Amino acid sequence: MSGTLNVLIGLAMGLNLVALGSSRLPALIQAMSLQGVLLGVMPLLLEEEGFNWRVAVVAAATVIGKGIVIPNLLRRATRAANIERESDPFLGFVPSLLLGAGGTIAAVALARALPLLPEHAGTLLVPGAIASILTGFILLIGRVKAISQVCGYLILENGIYLFGLLLIHSTPLLVESGILLDVTVGVFVIGIIVDRIQRAFDSLDTRRLTTLRE
Amino acid sequence: MIAYLLILVPLMGAALAALWPRESSRPWFLPVVGGLHLLLTCALFLAPPAVAPGDWLAFDPLARAVLPALSILFLVCAAYGVSYLRIRAERSNRVFVASLLAILGLLSAGHQARHLGLLWITTEAVTLAAVPLLHFNGTPRAFEATWKYLLIGGTGIALSLLGSFCLGYASLHGGGVGDLTFAALTAQGTGLSRPWVLTAWVLLLVGYGTKMGLAPMHTWKPDAYGEAPGIVGAVLAGGVTTVAFTALLRVRAVIGAAGAGAIADRTLLVIGLFSIILAALFLLGTRNFKRMLAYSSVEHMGILSLGAALGPAGVAAALFHVWSNGLTKGALFLAAGNLRRAAGTASLDEARGLSQLCPHSSAILITGLFAVTACPPFGPFFSELQVVRAGLTGGHNLATGVFLAGLLLAFFGLTRVVFSLVDGRPRAATREESRRFVETAGVLAPPLVLLGCSLWLGLFPPTILRAAWAAAVLQLFPTP
Repeated sequence: MSGTLNVLIGLAMGLNLVALGSSRLPALIQAMSLQGVLLGVMPLLLEEEGFNWRVAVVAAATVIGKGIVIPNLLRRATRAANIERESDPFLGFVPSLLLGAGGTIAAVALARALPLLPEHAGTLLVPGAIASILTGFILLIGRVKAISQVCGYLILENGIYLFGLLLIHSTPLLVESGILLDVTVGVFVIGIIVDRIQRAFDSLDTRRLTTLRE
Repeated sequence: MIAYLLILVPLMGAALAALWPRESSRPWFLPVVGGLHLLLTCALFLAPPAVAPGDWLAFDPLARAVLPALSILFLVCAAYGVSYLRIRAERSNRVFVASLLAILGLLSAGHQARHLGLLWITTEAVTLAAVPLLHFNGTPRAFEATWKYLLIGGTGIALSLLGSFCLGYASLHGGGVGDLTFAALTAQGTGLSRPWVLTAWVLLLVGYGTKMGLAPMHTWKPDAYGEAPGIVGAVLAGGVTTVAFTALLRVRAVIGAAGAGAIADRTLLVIGLFSIILAALFLLGTRNFKRMLAYSSVEHMGILSLGAALGPAGVAAALFHVWSNGLTKGALFLAAGNLRRAAGTASLDEARGLSQLCPHSSAILITGLFAVTACPPFGPFFSELQVVRAGLTGGHNLATGVFLAGLLLAFFGLTRVVFSLVDGRPRAATREESRRFVETAGVLAPPLVLLGCSLWLGLFPPTILRAAWAAAVLQLFPTP
């Protein structure tokens, strides 16, 4: 089981790099939504004793939320704002890609140093989580388009979700669904604000949001 | 059972308000639900229910020590809200009223949450419910502030989720089952894996510290408070920040049980003092009186953090300060909201001489200024005195000195802003603008009531309240 799981996490880590390297917003959203689907499937693989309806519900909700609902909201926002590309970001695509790749290697090394339970030491869960969180931060800081930053935030959230999988057997369903609901509603709210910013500033370039300062 | 009603009544009120067809009568939902909430809180406060250790949600001593302050503040703000929304009749108040009521319900849940996951869910939900309130004015500036609030607040709250998972993993790694109730985590105590406990503490401090507005994670605060209506600032500064503070207190108790209390206290001390000093420095420079209130809020969050670092006596002082700061700051926000409305701007470059245009609100603002900068006999003086005393008896002489220096600087900064706002001759444009704003009893009485509460806390703090704070301290620092 942990072999398949590691392949999925490895794919998710690869998608981090795709997200860092792509200048087209639809590609970025695609990478993020694919990562969401992969993450949604993972809880099923972590189940040792066969099928568990509780885990299946969480998995289905995650796939629908992170893989379909949220990406569609973002796609609609990009279409409404009529932007295709991330133009001149703070941090170029090649530097951010290099930073992400270096970060991924560092994450694997760091995870070796962390005190983990034997059943978790063999999986890529912790390195995957750290690498995704790092990718999220690079996107949040390095990009200027509001939608790219939202994608960064979601990849950060995906990393935290990966870490949360360590606790899947002890967190009750209520908590997991609550967290997922909050994230989905959060993106919905962000989507509304992005739309309003687009109307108020006629742009989604966050560099224009500089009126408020000392 | 009543404990659940505290959450359900406001949430149902919010749903009803969202469906209510009439604009003119919808604001009345605020005081009606606020009044019911205060009645329920009083009933629970006077006859606290028994709490089972494994409860996820309960009116425990800590909730008992802080929730009534929120309830009082909300009711007064709700009364102000009726008058305020009448002035703002040009905008639909459907989302505003519903969001404000939802926040009350979610805050009640957050204060009573005894499970890390539930606590996170409610805090995040409060963050999201506050969004429509922040951009109620609908200006580009308001959307800019909301965007920053969402991005910084969202990232902070995401980190606190990671911290919660780390604390759960500390339990798993230490041989536990990963139960995320505070009772179970405290019971596991030193059995929690230490490296993970420390990681969790850092992440949770950054996460909930962002929500509280501790420096250097405070950057959303001036923007959000500066652009949101005064009533929203009052509820955010007195209620939403408090729920993050009680979250930190609960987490701090777990860290203490795990044997890392000294480290936690040191970080709280440093971050608290840093917030106080940084806020004081910004207070000396800001040219906007609503942003001034935000920096003052950062300063007071620093005082709470400092108090939390000083052991049982300090935590008791901090709980007192939650009350005195929340109620006094509420008065300031409401009075400043009046002045902002009259002047049409919050910038000192354009607004001045407001004592001639709005004499009553200006008087309330000046009185509130002295109250919040810890002049006797108002509440903040006594709560900050308790913090100082806890610092000196705990041997933190240097920290207490820095704290007092920060208070002095903040006093200079606040008086500078407030007096340049109320003194002088108003500009012709401001005079024109202010004709549209009338100081009715509806917008003056609420801040006066809050000032009265602050005075009451300072002069005659009821013994039952002191006992409630002591009981909360006992919950957080159980004697072995």
